[in-house]
Amino acid sequence: MVVMVLFAISAGPTGSSDLIFLLRTAPALPPRLLIRRPVSRRSSADRPRPASHRSSSAGSARSSGSCCSSSSAPPPPRRRRFLAGGSDAGRAVATRRVLDMGAGENNPLGAQNAWDMLSEEQSQKHITTGSGDLNGILGGGIHCKEVTEIGGVPGVGKTQLGIQLAINVQIPVEYGGLGGKAVYIDTEGSFMVERVYQIAEGCISDILEHFPHSHEKSSSGNKQLQPEHFLADIYYFRICSYAEQIAAINYLEKFLGEHKDVELCIYTSQVRIVIIDSVTFHFRQDFDDLALRTRVLSELSLKLMKIAKAYNLAVVLLNQVTTKFTEGSFQLTLALGDSWSHSCTNRVILYWNGTERYAYLDKSPSLPVASAPYAVTGKGVRDVSSNHKRVRVT
Amino acid sequence: MANMPVSEMRLPPHLAHLLAARRLDTAKVSPPLPFLPPPPVAGLRPTPTSSNPRVRLSIQDVLSLPEVELMAVLDAGLPTARAAVAHVSEAACPPCQTALALLEERVRLGGGGRLATTLCGLDEALGGGIPVGKLTEVVGPSGIGKTQFCLKLALLGALPEYYGGLDGRVLYIDTESKFSSRRMIEIGQKSFPQVFRQEGLAQKMAGRILVTRPTSLTDFTKSLEQMKVTLLQHDVKLLIVDSMAALMSLENERATGFRQHPLRWTLSFLKSIAEFSRIPVVVTNQVRSQSNVDGYHFSFEVDKKDGNNCTGGFDSHLVAALGIQWAHAVTVRLVFESHSGHRFIKVAKSPMSPAVAFPFVVETSGVTLLSDEGIDVTGPEITSIRCQGKNVLAQ
Repeated sequence: MVVMVLFAISAGPTGSSDLIFLLRTAPALPPRLLIRRPVSRRSSADRPRPASHRSSSAGSARSSGSCCSSSSAPPPPRRRRFLAGGSDAGRAVATRRVLDMGAGENNPLGAQNAWDMLSEEQSQKHITTGSGDLNGILGGGIHCKEVTEIGGVPGVGKTQLGIQLAINVQIPVEYGGLGGKAVYIDTEGSFMVERVYQIAEGCISDILEHFPHSHEKSSSGNKQLQPEHFLADIYYFRICSYAEQIAAINYLEKFLGEHKDVELCIYTSQVRIVIIDSVTFHFRQDFDDLALRTRVLSELSLKLMKIAKAYNLAVVLLNQVTTKFTEGSFQLTLALGDSWSHSCTNRVILYWNGTERYAYLDKSPSLPVASAPYAVTGKGVRDVSSNHKRVRVT
Repeated sequence: MANMPVSEMRLPPHLAHLLAARRLDTAKVSPPLPFLPPPPVAGLRPTPTSSNPRVRLSIQDVLSLPEVELMAVLDAGLPTARAAVAHVSEAACPPCQTALALLEERVRLGGGGRLATTLCGLDEALGGGIPVGKLTEVVGPSGIGKTQFCLKLALLGALPEYYGGLDGRVLYIDTESKFSSRRMIEIGQKSFPQVFRQEGLAQKMAGRILVTRPTSLTDFTKSLEQMKVTLLQHDVKLLIVDSMAALMSLENERATGFRQHPLRWTLSFLKSIAEFSRIPVVVTNQVRSQSNVDGYHFSFEVDKKDGNNCTGGFDSHLVAALGIQWAHAVTVRLVFESHSGHRFIKVAKSPMSPAVAFPFVVETSGVTLLSDEGIDVTGPEITSIRCQGKNVLAQ
């Protein structure tokens, strides 16, 4: 026997009412007190969908159908909703569904719930830097959808790392990579093609070493493991002034949109990393007005973050160092000032420690600060323990 | 690219009229010459705002003004302003090339991508020689051989191609009056005897080397401006500035308010000249002493500072002049230093070379390597400069 007691207290237009529903399902089961949710006035408008989900998710054993039948039509305003009781899983699912607000008429905020974000993050692949220790402190590699800033003294290997990332992003999916393309924006002119070729060769030889049964052509047929193919997927822009830098970043969105639509096959190869080497150079040269510089830089970083999120790619900015007077002495710090240092999601500082190059993760939303050594060899950026001597290019 | 006149940009007609009405054009250089940064002006350039809309707009303003200001200046709505920015950005953005296209172009140029220095080990380490289109810096203490090296390079720039030269004119900017043509001819006669034995060839070679002696930075700036035209007209294949630090120190004597400014502008200018004219640019730099280790560590390395103090105390602690900004900007840095009785050339910064050092001596034929096999240098030692000169007075 199903007994249902329904209390509706002053469901009039002006009162704030709480509805408590008692549902007695099967005789053997005790009555369950349903979760009473204090509901704001406005949100009743965006409740119809969860209500219909709730009726399906609560399960047939719960005869909440009769309670929900009134909610199958869009509820009148101020009528309170309730959540179906039931098992924890059911309640969790129901809770989740209520909170699940995609952008649209049901969700004017355009927000995403944390659970969805977590599952998305866990399925994201990271771009390997070539050095296992460095990948370790970065949580697997460079993250997509985030802006990473890498800075260091001259000669420590920033451009080498940038070129290595431009090559590593292209590692095909079946070998554990992203299979994407790279955009390399060069402001200083330190992009040397022969070195890129050398690094591409090194990357391919490492792939063939780890996957000895693969052939020259990858199984999907999409990318042959030849250095020329890797070089063909790096889009290079040479920037000569800060105006061109701003123009290139403005144009980048259109450029990415064009290159996204061209390939429609399953393993769509799109741009997955944008490297700017270095973001500092023109802003140190051409600017007298620091206020203008700060404003232009913050607009730049906002645009880059927007591009990173919209196109699901990683943005890597290479930065220079400068000296700053803090704590009574001059210390090295990354250039472009304090306001810029807030703009990036992650910050990695490359420095010399003894005779080794180290990378220090200075800022990250999810990882602890840590240091790791790395080496620059003939094949590119690798672990320190590897024995590859840096071979000269002939 | 950013100096293109608006009429040459393919903008939609309504935007083109709007921008032209605001006199958005570039009055700086005529179209055939490539983009070069403008010389610095003493005060801030007046920027157009809604209060003084008669000031000329430039591409930089369109791209760096906030949207609201741009709307006011253009007297248009937000979508129009945004469309203007998007179209101008697309037009001003340099064309995209793939790395493969760059490689093919490099292969097509063949050996033209490098200036071989005839020092075999160094050439091999640098991937063929001094790179074309980039800024190379030669830094070292005084009297170590930087000018000798530059003299040899100047000669190589003038030599015909079948002798390994660039077969073109050389522009040598000599700020310390160290250029000696007698010494250069002597180097030529000893290094390339077969060339200089021919009648009149020595005169022809020497005639290709143009030497200017600016006495101040403004002179230098003026000559650089004129050089833009010279480079194209006279087929200059190599530019040597000896030395840059002397120019900057000349400027500092006058204690102007813009200490960093001339350096910055000169830096961009040299880099753009190198890139657009596709010539190697070699710049010499001096050293200065550094008494403490300040300014060498990051804040998270603070605890390591004490440990390093004692090790650096015995050699004279020298650093390159012109600062860290200059150090970032040069593409290749060759450090000349002397220690333990020998002189070394170290490839301190290069995008494509390992960290190696070569012992050398200065003979009548100029700078010669004692060994073509470089010594691998690990760690930050590659960037340090040491000088242990003989102290005659101490004996």
